[in-house]
Amino acid sequence: MNHLPLIIKREYLNKVRNKAFIIMSVLSPVIMIILVCVVAYLSQINNDKVRVITVLDESGLLNNTFKNSEKTSYNILTGMSLNDAKVLTKEANSSGLLHIERFNNLEEASNYIKFYSEESPSLSLVSDIEGKLEKALTAKNLKEKGVNVDTINAAQIKINMAQESFDGEKTSKIDSVVKLIFGGAAGYLLFMFIIIYGNMIMRSVIEEKTSRIIEVIISSVKPIQLLLGKIIGTSLAGITQFVIWLILGSILLTIVSLVFGIEVQTPQQQMVEQAVATPEINAQVQNILEAFYNLPITNLIVAFVLFFVGGYLLYSSLYAAIGAAVDNETDTQQFMLPIIMPLILAVYIGIFTVIEDPHGTVSTVFSYIPLTSPVVMLMRIPFGVPVWQQLISLLILVATFLFTVWFAAKIYRVGILMYGKKPSYKELIKWIKY
Amino acid sequence: MTNLLEVNNVSKNFGSFTALNNVSLAVPKGSIFGLLGPNGAGKTTLIRVINQITMPDTGSVFLDGETLQEKHIKDIGYLPEERGLYKSMKVGEQALYLAQLKGLTKTEAKQRLKYWFDRLEIGDWWNKKIQELSKGMAQKVQFVVTVLHEPKLLIFDEPFSGFDPINANLIKDEILYLREKGATVIFSTHRMESVEELCDDIALINKSNKILDGKLTEVKRQYKSNTFEVGLRTDNNAKLEQEIADKFSISTAYFKTLDNELKLNIKLNHVDKPNDLLNYLTSKAEVSHFVELIPSVNEIFIQTVKSNN
Repeated sequence: MNHLPLIIKREYLNKVRNKAFIIMSVLSPVIMIILVCVVAYLSQINNDKVRVITVLDESGLLNNTFKNSEKTSYNILTGMSLNDAKVLTKEANSSGLLHIERFNNLEEASNYIKFYSEESPSLSLVSDIEGKLEKALTAKNLKEKGVNVDTINAAQIKINMAQESFDGEKTSKIDSVVKLIFGGAAGYLLFMFIIIYGNMIMRSVIEEKTSRIIEVIISSVKPIQLLLGKIIGTSLAGITQFVIWLILGSILLTIVSLVFGIEVQTPQQQMVEQAVATPEINAQVQNILEAFYNLPITNLIVAFVLFFVGGYLLYSSLYAAIGAAVDNETDTQQFMLPIIMPLILAVYIGIFTVIEDPHGTVSTVFSYIPLTSPVVMLMRIPFGVPVWQQLISLLILVATFLFTVWFAAKIYRVGILMYGKKPSYKELIKWIKY
Repeated sequence: MTNLLEVNNVSKNFGSFTALNNVSLAVPKGSIFGLLGPNGAGKTTLIRVINQITMPDTGSVFLDGETLQEKHIKDIGYLPEERGLYKSMKVGEQALYLAQLKGLTKTEAKQRLKYWFDRLEIGDWWNKKIQELSKGMAQKVQFVVTVLHEPKLLIFDEPFSGFDPINANLIKDEILYLREKGATVIFSTHRMESVEELCDDIALINKSNKILDGKLTEVKRQYKSNTFEVGLRTDNNAKLEQEIADKFSISTAYFKTLDNELKLNIKLNHVDKPNDLLNYLTSKAEVSHFVELIPSVNEIFIQTVKSNN
């Protein structure tokens, strides 16, 4: 008797009708939007504030270096002792005092420049000032040594190497970045999905034990059908929630941005907008778009769906196995790490190794190992992976998934018989034989 | 009479623990079969073997002449001792789901559920969630779910626990009704008075072994000790007691009487006939009370398990 559709239906409806599920489905995008608004608003406030820096330049070398900008204004002091300047800076409530002593040897300039402030200054402020000083003093030094700055500038050569595969496919550095972002996003999405909905499956497996209905169910259906039904049903509920989030989120975002206008723009958007303004960066945007269209889109989409589903199913069957082995949710903690570890490993390999060497030994091997392959393979595919490799990896993944479900079903049988007692490995093997 | 269920030499070990040791049983068709035994004797394991939840290490099980297999799931209805339903599901929905798992179609299940819900007067619970019901109410729902697919074999593990006397009686009547309609019932309980009342056959399991089985009447006959409880009206109780003690082995009996009678349990050896005893007693005194002592299931249970230990 095949009860799979029946079980899937029950699990799905049970999850979707759950009050917490409904509330989270609606509330999460609202909370996210509110969060985005708050962050945008806060950064706006921060941006509005103008920093004041007091400068006491006794050397007289840096007269024209510090010009007021939108965010920073400089208060240039002259003919004052350091102590007076400090007092003045404190009273004026400015961010700090830059003190430049009188000095002769430009190469030892570092020894004569100091920054005083109430609290330690932000990293960006320090590097900003350092950059300005370095630029000005280097120019002066070059002049002193009789080198023409313009000549140097004119002599500088920039290289942007064109790349092309043997098949004639053009690639570029930007390509790599786009590929990395694409693969990274896919891997991250899978990671999140597994953690959120894997837990849901585990709880649903434990639910039957705590409510003691397990014996009734298990005398009607095979455990493997029950587990498979649970995994598929819960996954469908998860996808439903994800779609709700996407739709609701974009609707809300549109509404909010219409009402509040530019306020909700993310920094990235602002960057892009600024970029469009200057022709040089405009070209870069063009490159990015081109790189995006150059991706093996069809392959990516198909592979994304297959590996996403495969990877998710594999991990959820592991979660189900944990649920089957324990009596209550508190006992599950110790089993979590072994599941999360390979997932984190996969993301690290994806980010560090795949980018460095997409077709090296490490990348290739991990794109075959079932626990890491969904993430690693998804990140490799933008760099071009032969279809047969993808198929083999997928095959291993599916086989492992089936094995895990089967294994979890066996544990399930043992689990219900051993209230409060952990099954031994010997016992497990015995059960598996049946 | 043919047997609906035959369990042949079934053994089951969990690690080094033996849950069932070479147990054989035969449950006659149409009977109510009492599966008795102290806690942890292996009753539940045996029931799980019959339900195909657990596979036996050795031995075989036959249902209606066929080796037990997956298709027999729909022929068995099981009410486990560890009761439970999905807490957040509505009664009707849940009953439909469980009935469909047992192979009923949705319309069939709906019809039968309506019949049973009306019969047990729980029709208006259809849209309630299990967590809103009391334990006894949930048990009623579970009972319906167990019998709904009209299985040949019904297995009840402590069916009356959690019920008030009225509902327990209701369930008892339903079990008898189901038997009348042709079902065979296996009944596992610690309440000996219900065994006494309902069971045709019993089996006693202790420490993984079956130590006793058969027709309840046969078992009782086997365990009776040919002892008679008598009440005698006489002028001199002590003198008569001494006289009887010389001829029979006696002990003091305890039962309620109107007068200060001599109350004795008199054990006959197997050659003596009850009538001879009665004749002897009537010649000595006025007999106000003469009853053969038949052991109760409770006594048999305690006696057998104790001597087995």
